[in-house]
Amino acid sequence: MPDLLIELFSEEIPARMQAQAAEQLKKLVTDDLVERGLLYEGAKAFVTPRRLALAVHGLPGRQADQREEKKGPRVGAPEGAIAGFLKSAGLSSLDQATVQSDPKKGDFYVAVVEKPGRPTPEVIAEIIPAIIRRFPWPKSMRWGAGSLKWVRPLHSIVATFGADGDEPEVVRFEVDGIVSSNVTYGHRFLAPAPITVKRLDDWMAKLEAAKVVVDRDRRKDIILNDAKDLALASGLELVEDEGLLDEVAGLVEWPVVLMGAFEERFLDIPDEVIRATIRANQKCFVLKNPATGRLANRFLLISNLVASDDGAAIVAGNERVIRARLSDAKFFWDTDRVNGLESRMPRFQSITFHEKLGSQAERIERIVRLAREIAPKVGAEPALAEDAAAFCKADLLTEVVGEFPELQGLMGRYYAQDEGLASEVAAACEEHYKPQGPGDRVPTAPVSIAVALADKIDTLVGFWAIDEKPTGSKDPYALRRAALGVIRIVLENGLRVRLSAPLLVSDSRDWGETRLIHSRAFGDLVLPVHLIDLLSFFADRLKVHLREHGARHDLVDAVFALEGQDDLFLLVDRMTALARFLDTEDGKTLLAGYRRAVNILRIEEKKDGRAFTGPTNAALLKEPAEERLAAAIDDVKPRVAAAVAQEDFAAAMTALADLRAPVDAFFEAVTVNDPDPALRENRLKLLDEIRAATRGIADFDRIGG
Amino acid sequence: MIDPALPAHMRPDRSFQALLLTLQRFWADQGCVVLQPYDMEVGAGTFHPATTLRALGPKPWKAAYVQPSRRPKDGRYGENPNRLQHYYQFQVILKPSPDNLQELYLKSLQAIGVDLGLHDVRFVEDDWESPTLGAWGLGWECWCDGMEVSQFTYFQQVAGIECAPVSGELTYGLERLAMYVQGVENVYDLNFNGREGAEKISYGDVFHQAEQEYSRHNFEAADTEMLLEQFRMAEKACHKYLAFGDKGEKHEMALPAYDQCIKASHVFNLLDARGVISVTERQSYILRVRELAKACGAAWLKTAAGGAA
Repeated sequence: MPDLLIELFSEEIPARMQAQAAEQLKKLVTDDLVERGLLYEGAKAFVTPRRLALAVHGLPGRQADQREEKKGPRVGAPEGAIAGFLKSAGLSSLDQATVQSDPKKGDFYVAVVEKPGRPTPEVIAEIIPAIIRRFPWPKSMRWGAGSLKWVRPLHSIVATFGADGDEPEVVRFEVDGIVSSNVTYGHRFLAPAPITVKRLDDWMAKLEAAKVVVDRDRRKDIILNDAKDLALASGLELVEDEGLLDEVAGLVEWPVVLMGAFEERFLDIPDEVIRATIRANQKCFVLKNPATGRLANRFLLISNLVASDDGAAIVAGNERVIRARLSDAKFFWDTDRVNGLESRMPRFQSITFHEKLGSQAERIERIVRLAREIAPKVGAEPALAEDAAAFCKADLLTEVVGEFPELQGLMGRYYAQDEGLASEVAAACEEHYKPQGPGDRVPTAPVSIAVALADKIDTLVGFWAIDEKPTGSKDPYALRRAALGVIRIVLENGLRVRLSAPLLVSDSRDWGETRLIHSRAFGDLVLPVHLIDLLSFFADRLKVHLREHGARHDLVDAVFALEGQDDLFLLVDRMTALARFLDTEDGKTLLAGYRRAVNILRIEEKKDGRAFTGPTNAALLKEPAEERLAAAIDDVKPRVAAAVAQEDFAAAMTALADLRAPVDAFFEAVTVNDPDPALRENRLKLLDEIRAATRGIADFDRIGG
Repeated sequence: MIDPALPAHMRPDRSFQALLLTLQRFWADQGCVVLQPYDMEVGAGTFHPATTLRALGPKPWKAAYVQPSRRPKDGRYGENPNRLQHYYQFQVILKPSPDNLQELYLKSLQAIGVDLGLHDVRFVEDDWESPTLGAWGLGWECWCDGMEVSQFTYFQQVAGIECAPVSGELTYGLERLAMYVQGVENVYDLNFNGREGAEKISYGDVFHQAEQEYSRHNFEAADTEMLLEQFRMAEKACHKYLAFGDKGEKHEMALPAYDQCIKASHVFNLLDARGVISVTERQSYILRVRELAKACGAAWLKTAAGGAA
């Protein structure tokens, strides 16, 4: 079976786009082949900075012939129908059609249309140019005087097709003046001459000889292994960095790992700053000294060249740049420490946080107030929480964070430590941003918790108040992450704070349009719709969170449906107890009884156009089973309420379980729809009492399954 | 390779001015018109009408020139070894971009003494955008042993107008490149004239005092009231010249109008360095300059050099 080889040779493709482009090329080409009836055995895509390639293995030499029978009109049909049939079947006369007989319909014409399969190369020559023209690069461009768009100028195309052992043929086509061939080029500097290639193995081997490793994963392996070896040879450890590895593998066709050094004095700079400097600007790896756990004054660079001086000039050049970069970083680090955090605060007044939400200074003030208010509820010293909140954003204006935004928080911690601020304050500077995602650690220190909650809640309430909520996949202010952060901080720390107050409702103050939302008392809310909406957003995030941890989302609904459920910890506790109860025989039977009661009620309430709500009239309880049920409800309701008040949900469920037998017995022995309207009404009210009794636990209507 | 026949003081790895002359010579050999710097303050070589305006319209164009570039905010009072508020860019524009533009660029590096068998030259993704010029393009920053020495851009849009044909633009940071080939760590230590001993003139001899004085000017003294007024005047004048030159199908004053756009842009940079422009205002100033650039670009297309019949 023949193989296809395609190589699109261009100027340097951005590293970040390469892996996806390879996958897309594979999908687009194989989809198009299959759609045209050309099934294949395997396909593999390759990508380097200068080429995007695909090998499709085991294709047929041509498409299968297609034979189609077209049914025509009956024999003797009007002339118009016959003419139409001939035209649609592509026949010139009826002689070319056959006549078939059908016992019911009689004789009718049939045309056999033979569509011969086309040679595969012909199909490929059609597919590939179209794919090149519509290739989904994240950003593409034109060049010269042409109109073709590609990620960077496209120079040549290899397209060969042939079976193992045969000389493959070149699949001929042309795209905007670029004619396909079997000629490619090696490494830009090490082997620039043209190379004639046959099929995959030949292409790979010849390019390898021309100093091009076409397989991206192999380049990554080479870099990683060589880097580890070089580190080991110096008694050091590579600080692995998958993102950087991905990037540098996309910057070289022939990776050569080289080691450079910088002056020891730069090790005064925090490791993270050194790493960020060397990584972001130079795309080099850093090394760790296993004895101290700190960085060593060495780095690894990945060059694209086997240099005639074994890389001495390349290392010297990179060292010079890194020295200059580290000098800058050290200057920033020193300046920041001399100036101190406090001196920067006034500048926040002139920095807009959001057009409608005021300046950064105003935002920090709000976080300070909120943190102070939350502090006692999470076991933090209010004065410390206030301090920490005041400093938590100060590092945003430091030189180091200006240069490396990804170090925000961490630098705050360093500078706070350096200034001798309380260790809780320093920790909060870093930890209040956490958790950043589902995998990130949650802060556990009380002061950090207070500031983290204040920060996230200010963000959520603020953006809710100005109606900048997440929609679909759009969440530019990362509000889902903020809500999930609040949920995780509360649950994982077992915190007992209510979401509505004080979390979502902070100090009353003039804050433009959002003043009312932030007022302390619920009664003052003019836009309570925002708060309710935000609470339900929390409920959704909680559902997602709990579902990811294996919980039933219908139970979250059932519990959230009760009024005023904004204590996340209790809510989960209640839900867990409910889930356990519903797994027992008692629970299942009671749920069934509940549903029966509610169904009857629904029907009868509809019939009468009124609601039946308790209490029942004891004098009208005739049957022993209904007497027993009424007594059981009277007994269970206060017990459930008492247990819930003590937050002992297991006890509440045990109490509720006592309803199971009386409910069962009631439905067994008593006819609800008694001819006597008074008895019927009383019994319907009794059913409602069952519903009321369960309401102390959850809204059973929302329980599914 | 550096021409071995060159006298020592004319070697690009010995002399800043020789580096510049070598690049001029190289691109002259490729058929470029070698222009002199534009006689106005600009933030980058791209602002020169030989790039901004000539990139528009159908007519082929090849030019190379040095452009002194002013970045008021980058002033460091002469104390930083790498940052300057005034520096030189060497600018090349080829329209349409030739197929071998990368090879030509690499040859130009060889001409100034970068041995491609010894040094690791890389094309690293860098999308270029100039919000004030309403321009963008795709290309790379060119690295030599980890140092960015040039910008390489295929213009896609300039002054809000699609470029067809596409121009290829090369911008060499001359000081950086010179520091590299001379093996110098501090820009002020660059040998400017290639002479040694008493005859030697360094980059510091030429520019250090200027860096100090202009840093003072840019950050402390520049008269902001006057600058704000100048911005308004330039903007007004630009509109006025555009209206004056507008003859329907034709335009007769695109270049003088564009000068005012350049002026507004530089004045804005000075105001920005003085810190008198707030974040929100900043955006609106940029937008105002862009509107001027767009109008000038549209006017240019109605001139002979812009391709109007």
